[in-house]
Amino acid sequence: MENLERLLREHDFLKDLAQPQAASLVSCVKNLRFESGAFLMREGDEASTFYLLRRGRVVLEVDVPGKGPLVMESLGPGDIVGLSWLFPPHRVHIDARAVDPVVALAFDGGCLRGKMEEDHDLGFALTRRLLAETYKRLQRVRLQRLDVYANP
Amino acid sequence: MTARTDPWSPTPTRILRVRRETRDTFTVELEGQNRAFEPGQFNMLYLFGIGEVPVSISGDPGNPDVLVHTIRAVGTTTLAMKRQAKRGSALGVRGPFGSAWPVRAAEGDDLLIMAGGLGLAPLRPVMYHALRHRQRFGRVTLLYGARSPEDLLFRSEHGRWARKDCVVEVTVDRAGPNWVGRVGVVPALVDVTPLDPARTTAMLCGPEVMMRFSVRTLEARGLAHERIFVSMERSMKCAVGFCGHCQFGPTFVCKDGPVLRLDRIARLFGKREI
Ligand SMILES: Cc1cc2nc3c(=O)[nH]c(=O)nc-3n(C[C@H](O)[C@H](O)[C@H](O)COP(=O)(O)OP(=O)(O)OC[C@H]3O[C@@H](n4cnc5c(N)ncnc54)[C@H](O)[C@@H]3O)c2cc1C
Repeated sequence: MENLERLLREHDFLKDLAQPQAASLVSCVKNLRFESGAFLMREGDEASTFYLLRRGRVVLEVDVPGKGPLVMESLGPGDIVGLSWLFPPHRVHIDARAVDPVVALAFDGGCLRGKMEEDHDLGFALTRRLLAETYKRLQRVRLQRLDVYANP
Repeated sequence: MTARTDPWSPTPTRILRVRRETRDTFTVELEGQNRAFEPGQFNMLYLFGIGEVPVSISGDPGNPDVLVHTIRAVGTTTLAMKRQAKRGSALGVRGPFGSAWPVRAAEGDDLLIMAGGLGLAPLRPVMYHALRHRQRFGRVTLLYGARSPEDLLFRSEHGRWARKDCVVEVTVDRAGPNWVGRVGVVPALVDVTPLDPARTTAMLCGPEVMMRFSVRTLEARGLAHERIFVSMERSMKCAVGFCGHCQFGPTFVCKDGPVLRLDRIARLFGKREI
């Protein structure tokens, strides 16, 4: 348990989270391993998990009929995977596939939502971090969308 | 050796080799004629009877026997160059022109080199220089992004650079499932890079929007504008500060640039219609 708490507090996403708050999250989290090629989640599944990546690389991909899977972004240690667990209807929007052996802290989404409801200070601290991550992701997607390397 | 006294008149220079890099980009190696240059400088390349274009020097500043340029075929002159440039034929060369990356001032520092697309061409001489004089620098990191895996330049060299005590992080904007490297934009690579703002010199070249987004992420990591250098490759004609084609506010890219320290242009960087 203590070990999981340390792992949580070491992760970029939870850096500087108060110790009691981190401790309260331990009961929602597991440390999981994925083989290269395994899916952390698949489009259409129930979104029940929130991952903090610790090791290895994960790609977010969308299957485009006629073209096959298209990789939208790759993520690595320090990144988060999964946001749909936060909002109803809790459905996964995109495939997340390990391209290396991956180690991740996996939160049970329902458990985490419960903690955030129970303790609004914790809820606020996590929401703020999730928003910051989402904003970062949005900025990347904007730049990607501009297709800056296309023909002048 | 050919004397270069007149910056207005191109010197006919023989092509030694032409190499295909990607679908639209190729590299020409010309007789060096002992032309010294600083990393970041460019030449005006003249295709006889067609036109003249500014092109950065992408070769090794330590090897004056060959003059190397990497060219993307985008319009009248560069497309014609792609068709016509052959071993044994000639291009007119005027130069070198322009300001250089601060490779001497940055000695003792960590080098953070950020390139997007063709922007790696004017930064490759920095890589050659830094690796030749590796002990003069702290950490050397190259963050490089392109549109797709097929558009990555100088791929065969990335591994060689990484083996010479340099971190090479490559990313692409889009990829199919067979690509095992990173997918995402260059600024995202800053997040995975150790950066000491007190001893890092950053050098950026790529599309202006990519540089602007990258600058924002460097600012967020505490890097001062005095430590950030960008290469502004606005289109130009005369290359000697005369015609005003490449004016960027009070700055002439050809005369004062292309390499500019960010604090000197920050007011204009990202502003519209200048
Ligand atoms: C300092 C400097 C260094 C450069 N280094 C390189 C290099 O190493 N390799 C390389 O391939 N190119 C480089 N360029 C860009 C190159 O000069 C242009 O692509 C070239 O002038 C286009 O000429 P063209 O006759 O082929 O195309 P044109 O027919 O003149 O133009 C074709 C299209 O390209 C656009 N365009 C032209 N010049 C630029 C530019 N500078 N930036 C963005 N869009 C442009 C035009 O608006 C037009 O849409 C550099 C430019 C500068 C100013």
